[in-house]
Amino acid sequence: MDFDLTEDRQMLSDSLNRYLADKYPVETRNKVAYEAPFHSPEKWGELAELGALFALAPEDAGGFGGSGFDVSVVFEALGRVICPEPVLGALMASRLMTKAGADQEALLSGATKYAVAIGELEAPYDLGSIKTEASGSGDSVTLSGRKSAVYGGQVADVFLVAAVAGGRLGVYEVQAADAQVEGYGMIDGAGACELLLDGTKATCLIEDGAAALQDAVNAGIVALCSEAVGAMDVLHAMTVDYLKQRKQFGRAIGSFQALQHRAVDMLTEIEQSRSIVIKAASELNGEDATKFCSMAKNLIGRAGRLVAEEAIQMHGGIAMTWEYPGSHYAKRIIMIDAQLGDTDYHLSRVAAA
Amino acid sequence: MDLTFTPEEQEFREEVRSFFRENLPQDIADAVKAGGELTKEHMERYHAILAKKGWLAVTWPEEYGGPGWTPVQRHIFDEESCRFYAPRIVPFGLSMLGPVLQKFGTQEQKDYYLPRILSGEDWWCQGYSEPGAGSDLASLKTRAVRDGDEWVINGQKTWTTLGQHADKIFCLCRTDPDVQQQKGISFILVDLDTPGIEMRPIKLIEGGHEVNEVFFTDVRVPYENLVGEENQGWTIAKYLLTHERTGIAGVGFSMLALEEVKALARKVMRNGKPLLEDPLFAARVAQVEVDLEAMKITNLRMLFKAVKQGAPGPETSILKIKGTVIGQELRDLARRALGPSAAPFPGHITDGNLALAPANNANNAARYFNNRKTSIFGGSNEIQRNILSKAVLEL
Repeated sequence: MDFDLTEDRQMLSDSLNRYLADKYPVETRNKVAYEAPFHSPEKWGELAELGALFALAPEDAGGFGGSGFDVSVVFEALGRVICPEPVLGALMASRLMTKAGADQEALLSGATKYAVAIGELEAPYDLGSIKTEASGSGDSVTLSGRKSAVYGGQVADVFLVAAVAGGRLGVYEVQAADAQVEGYGMIDGAGACELLLDGTKATCLIEDGAAALQDAVNAGIVALCSEAVGAMDVLHAMTVDYLKQRKQFGRAIGSFQALQHRAVDMLTEIEQSRSIVIKAASELNGEDATKFCSMAKNLIGRAGRLVAEEAIQMHGGIAMTWEYPGSHYAKRIIMIDAQLGDTDYHLSRVAAA
Repeated sequence: MDLTFTPEEQEFREEVRSFFRENLPQDIADAVKAGGELTKEHMERYHAILAKKGWLAVTWPEEYGGPGWTPVQRHIFDEESCRFYAPRIVPFGLSMLGPVLQKFGTQEQKDYYLPRILSGEDWWCQGYSEPGAGSDLASLKTRAVRDGDEWVINGQKTWTTLGQHADKIFCLCRTDPDVQQQKGISFILVDLDTPGIEMRPIKLIEGGHEVNEVFFTDVRVPYENLVGEENQGWTIAKYLLTHERTGIAGVGFSMLALEEVKALARKVMRNGKPLLEDPLFAARVAQVEVDLEAMKITNLRMLFKAVKQGAPGPETSILKIKGTVIGQELRDLARRALGPSAAPFPGHITDGNLALAPANNANNAARYFNNRKTSIFGGSNEIQRNILSKAVLEL
C-alpha cells in the first residue's frame, strides 16, 4: 500500500503546477476562458510541450502514461487553475484511438485538436439512448444527427462521434471542416459546440464501439473528478483564508463556530472526494472501472455542490461578484456535474450495478 | 499510488481468516450477528481464545505480551474480525489503560497490572465523564485529596461502559482546584471493591444496560495508585485519546451492515417486488455505499500517513465524523427496511410471532437507537469538528 505519487508522476505534477501557476493566473484564465475562441492556442502548445497530453496515453500508443493516476495528476493540476484548455477531448479521443489502434502522434503533440461528441439533447449521458445515425460503408459513410454541448468542439479540428448503425454503437471520425459547428462559450468558462450532422462525410474508427466509448467516458470521469478535487482544494483554501481575514462584530468571522464547523464539513467531503478519485483511478483500466467511476462522479457531484455553495455563502456578497476569483471556481465545480453524467444519473447506475 | 496489500500482508489476512474459521465459537458469532447484548461470559471466553493465540493485546509491543503488529496488520485483523462476526475486543484494559501504563506507569505498576489485564483477571472500566463534564471534560469535579499515604475520593462518574462487569476503574480526578483546569487533574486507579463506591445502571434509550454511573463517597485508595505524576492526568488523557485510533471509522462494521441491509432488502417485499428494486430505497443504499467506498480509502490513507509519521494526526477526526454518520445511515436503512416489523420490542419477539421479521433483524430498531451514541461518545462529532478547525484549518 502506498499513497505517494511515483517519482515520475510527482515530477509531472510539479512541473504542470509550476507552469500553470505562473502562466495561467486567474486574470489570464478569465480573459481566455470567456472570450472566443475560449482557449489559448499559445498555452495549448506549451501544455503539450510539457507532456500534459503524452501523459494521457500508454507507451505502445506513443505516450508515456495512460494509467488512471496519470490522468488524475494532469487534471488535478488543471483544476487548480480551472484551466479552460480542451484537454478532456484529447484524453477521451486518445482512449478511443488507443482502442482502435490509430496513430496518435498529431493528437499527443497538440498539433491536432480532437473533441469527442457523445451526448445529445435528449441523451446527454446515456450511451444506450444515442440517436445519431451512421449510414453507408467504406468511403461513403455519412452521419446524421445532432451532438450537443461538445466540450472543446468550438476549436476542434477533428470530432470522434458516437453514432448508431444497424443497432450497433460505433465511433466515427468527422473533420470539423465537413460539419456544421456552432461554437459558444460556457457559463463556467471554456467553450463547446453544437455539432450538426446532416449526411456529413465520416470515416468509421470503431464499428462496435460501445465498450470503447464506455472506457473513454470512464477516463473522462476520472479526469473531471480529479479536476474537481483540484478546484475544490483551492476554493476551500480561499474560503478558509477569507474566514481568517474578514472581520465583523470586531473579530474574524472564522472565530464563529457555526462557520468553523461548515468549513470542516467541506474539508471532510473533499478528503472523501480525493479518496474516491484514487479508487476510480486505480480501477480505470480494470474490469470494474464503470462501477467505480459512477461512484466517483456521484460523490464528486454531491461534494462539489456542497463546497461551491458553502464557499459562496461563507464569503458573502463578494463571492457573488465576477471580480472575485472564487466565483469562477464555484461555477466550474458546479458545472462539472453536468458533464458525463450527473449525481443522480450515476447514483442510479450504482444502484443498478 | 498502490492500493494493494503486500504478499506478507495477504498471507497475514489468510492466517487471521483461518484462525477465526477454526476458533471463533458459533454461539458467540451468532450473538454478535443478532446485534443484542453480549454476556460477560461471551466476552471473557472470546478474550481467552485470543489470549491463547497471543492476539489479545493487539496494540501492545511484544515486550509486554502483544503481537507486535504493524498498524496495517491491526487494520486487517479489525476487518476480518468484523467479517467473521467476532465481538469487538473490550477496550478499557487492553487498548486504553495498557498503553497508558506502558508509557506513564512505574515498573511495579507495569509488572502488577499488565499481566492481569492480559489474563482477564482484572476487568477495567473508564472513569472520565461526569454529569457536568462531558464534551468539556477538563471541567471535571470528582475530587481526590491526599491524606498521608492515601487518596480520598469524592464525586461522581457517568457513562461508565460495562462497569457492571468491572472490578477496577481508572479515574480522572481533580487534585488541584486552584490552577488552570487542565493542570489540576490526576490519573488514579481504583479498586471497585473499595468501601464508599456505588455503581448504578443507566438504562439506555433502547432498554439496554451498557453504561453506569459511579458514586464515590470518601473512597480511600493507596497513594501509589496514582499513574504518572500528580496533576499530569490531562496529558495522560490526551495521550490515550490520540494513541488508539485504528478502527475509529468503523469501516469493517459498516461493510457488514451494508451487506445486511442489501440482504434484507432483497427478502423484504414491497409493492410486489423486493424492496431493493424500489428506486428510492435503492438510491439511499447506493449513496451510502458510495460514501463507504470512499471511507475505506480515506481510512487507508490516514493509516498510511500514521505509519509514515509515526502517529495519527488530528485529521483522523474526519474518520470519526464521517465513519459514524455512515454507520448510522446504514442502521437507519436496516430499521426502515423492516417497516412496522422493526417496531416490536426485541424482548417481546418469540418464535411464535417471529413471522414478522427474519431472526437476525429483530434488533434492527434497537440497534438504530443504540447506534445514535456513536456520534456522541469518544469526543462528539462537534468536538471533532472543533479539533479539525483548530488543528488542521487553524481557524
